[in-house]
Amino acid sequence: MRLVHSSENEPICEKAAMDTDRIDQIIDNHQGEASSLIQVLLEIQSEHRWLPREALERVSEKLKVPLTRILHIATFYKAFSLVPKGRHEIHVCMGTACHVRGASRVLDAVQDLTGIRPGETDLDLKFSLETVNCLGCCALGPVMAIDGKTHGKMAPDETADVLKNYD
Amino acid sequence: MSRINSPAELEQFRKGILSKRDPNKPCIALCSGSACLASGSDQVAASLEEEIEKQGLSDQVEIRRTGCHGFCERGPITIIHPEETSYFQVEPEDVPEIISQTVKGKQVIERLLYVDPSTNEKIIHESEIPFYKNQERLVLGSNVSIDPKSIDDYVAIGGYSALAKVLSGMTSEQVLEEVKKSNLRGRGGGGFPTGIKWQGAAALPSHVEGSRNASGETKYVIVNADEGDPGAYMNRSTLEGNPHSVLEGLIIGAFAIGAQEGYIYVRQEYPLAVENVDIAIKQAEEYGFLGGNILGSGFDFNVQVHQGAGAFVSGESTALMTALEGKVGEPRPKYIRSNVKGLWGRPSVLNNVETWANVPLIINKGADWFTQFGTERSKGTKIFSLVGKVTNTGLVEVPMGTTLRDIIYKIGGGIPGGKRFKAVQTGGPSGGCIPEELLDLQVDFDELTRAGSMMGSGGMIVMDEDTCMVDVARYFIDFLTDESCGKCVPCREGLRQMHKILTNITVGKGREGDIELLEELSEVAIDASLCALGRTAPNPVLSTIRYFRDEYEAHIKEKRCPALSCKELISYYIDPTKCQACMICLRKCPVEAIDGAKSKIHIIDQEKCTKCGTCFEVCPSRFGAVIKISGEPVPSPIPEDARTIVRKSKKNE
Repeated sequence: MRLVHSSENEPICEKAAMDTDRIDQIIDNHQGEASSLIQVLLEIQSEHRWLPREALERVSEKLKVPLTRILHIATFYKAFSLVPKGRHEIHVCMGTACHVRGASRVLDAVQDLTGIRPGETDLDLKFSLETVNCLGCCALGPVMAIDGKTHGKMAPDETADVLKNYD
Repeated sequence: MSRINSPAELEQFRKGILSKRDPNKPCIALCSGSACLASGSDQVAASLEEEIEKQGLSDQVEIRRTGCHGFCERGPITIIHPEETSYFQVEPEDVPEIISQTVKGKQVIERLLYVDPSTNEKIIHESEIPFYKNQERLVLGSNVSIDPKSIDDYVAIGGYSALAKVLSGMTSEQVLEEVKKSNLRGRGGGGFPTGIKWQGAAALPSHVEGSRNASGETKYVIVNADEGDPGAYMNRSTLEGNPHSVLEGLIIGAFAIGAQEGYIYVRQEYPLAVENVDIAIKQAEEYGFLGGNILGSGFDFNVQVHQGAGAFVSGESTALMTALEGKVGEPRPKYIRSNVKGLWGRPSVLNNVETWANVPLIINKGADWFTQFGTERSKGTKIFSLVGKVTNTGLVEVPMGTTLRDIIYKIGGGIPGGKRFKAVQTGGPSGGCIPEELLDLQVDFDELTRAGSMMGSGGMIVMDEDTCMVDVARYFIDFLTDESCGKCVPCREGLRQMHKILTNITVGKGREGDIELLEELSEVAIDASLCALGRTAPNPVLSTIRYFRDEYEAHIKEKRCPALSCKELISYYIDPTKCQACMICLRKCPVEAIDGAKSKIHIIDQEKCTKCGTCFEVCPSRFGAVIKISGEPVPSPIPEDARTIVRKSKKNE
């Protein structure tokens, strides 16, 4: 993964670092149990779209779980990101059904259009690109999802029409 | 809604629901599974509501947003009751006509019907379409008639009656016996007999708060809905479309083994499944099917949903339990089975979504009914996701023992575009590819294993002549290398080396002896890996070597890709005798590698060509001038003066 910096060379956060109260609230919703660690991180990820260091430190402190273990989890699972994400998340499905129907060419087209590779975020923080193993819409392959909305039966030259609807 | 306190009250309540429902009242059932949502089911629903309102029919017509119907290729699917007129690929613009003509006027709109491509016949009822006609939809069948967000819909079709039966007169031993007798085997792919798994946990003393057994152990039941196999989505559709059936099976299982806590582990990539399961649990708690003293029987049971954060290996049973504990979901060695020491070191029974969904059916209709479906050693039905290069893609539920040929041709409608069938891949990434000569194989757990593949969770990816089998093997090993947790060497390093060799072969750097080396590495991974991921990972390589060795040899010895698929081994060439100099490919080429002009035969500059395939696709089929070649040198371009096309019409001028 590549950390993206703004022109002033400062890491960009769309919102200021997540406030501690909200993190505490999420932890309390899970009764503050260490076994809920992954669920807590998922909720922070889905609200904030990435896991800032301060948030992880707070979780570590509250759940009494060492930070190393939290980082182990945050780097093991694909759902988590330790760097800021773009406003729109593109997921290109590389599942088998999509693969045999030409998913890699769809991915090539999206890479050309956005100028980023899977795992990266562009400099304007507009798009983040990821590949996924299966979105479960195999009948519609090749499939691409943007911010959770599924676009089925994609041809490489149709990707531009889809992407231009996002800013 | 007040709690239902006994099986008798449940029956009363069910009668109450049914008496309020008029079977002759028009009802529009609209598929709202994930695939149909992606094809615009929401928009159709919105215009249905609007149009019904506009035509003043609000209290006369119902809309029911159902779960997945399975024929995802043709979504959104709409069925108009009571006539059961079925429309496919419905768009919002069709809605006014549907309401005025079909709902009000009872007339069929021909253009929205399914047309059988082999007979050109228009078919009105979903059940008569070849795709459905040849299936046996025991588990998936209810999806089409219920709204997954409504527990009343589930109760109306007899839901929770199996639970009532269990709690009102069966002992846990009797439940266990019935499941054992049904010979239900794990639908997640392992095929382990469910009853035996349950028995292992049931044999241990249970911990029951405040009772004599307080010294016994807390036990757990777990639903594995971490469906990670690419190309498989049957668990998603079951959980999204009929969550209560899974929940009911889980509660029955908990009763049988003496568990009081359950978990549903579902991928966060399946937001609709998470949503529907959450709603189902809440409703079941309100009705008294979950919580304390279920249906007045004194049995307590609670369920929690746990979302998976995206790791393929976490779908492995021991890894999943580790993930439930809030740790990194890596597998552990299974010297002691999970039904003895599982989640938090306690007896835990983990089954796949489909396995749990079969349980209420078995309890309701009996093991004898269940065992009439299937083969000698594999009973019941199996849901497959039939995808890839096949005409009717979607979810297919057939009795065990149905042949691959019936599934792919009778139900799937064969290969589109007049192409030839090459192989079908079953069993997910660790499965294998089955060639044409084995198409009459009867699909069950043991036959598939014998053919070098496996059942897996039920993905069935059809491949045609354009699919390169070496590339398929490379694709799966690439997937598994990425998903290997890295804990044991044979899997982590072995897969990495296999991936390297396979990549070399597909780019034309294959060497004599590579096939043998792949076989050797496979053997080590099978023998020495820690979990099923590593042990089965070589399957895609071994099965493709077994059935398609000639393709490997062509890549290695002749540097030729017989399927004309491996980018590095093919070239695009414009046949000068066929090129009509229409300029289409020349304009579309993204790297300006095509030279030519109007009436001047086009030539591809092989130095510039990136082999993206655009020219091949855009060349009009009546010309078919762009061809792919592999394993032979590209013919040298024709001389400059021979490139001008003299057209007949011009000659006459």
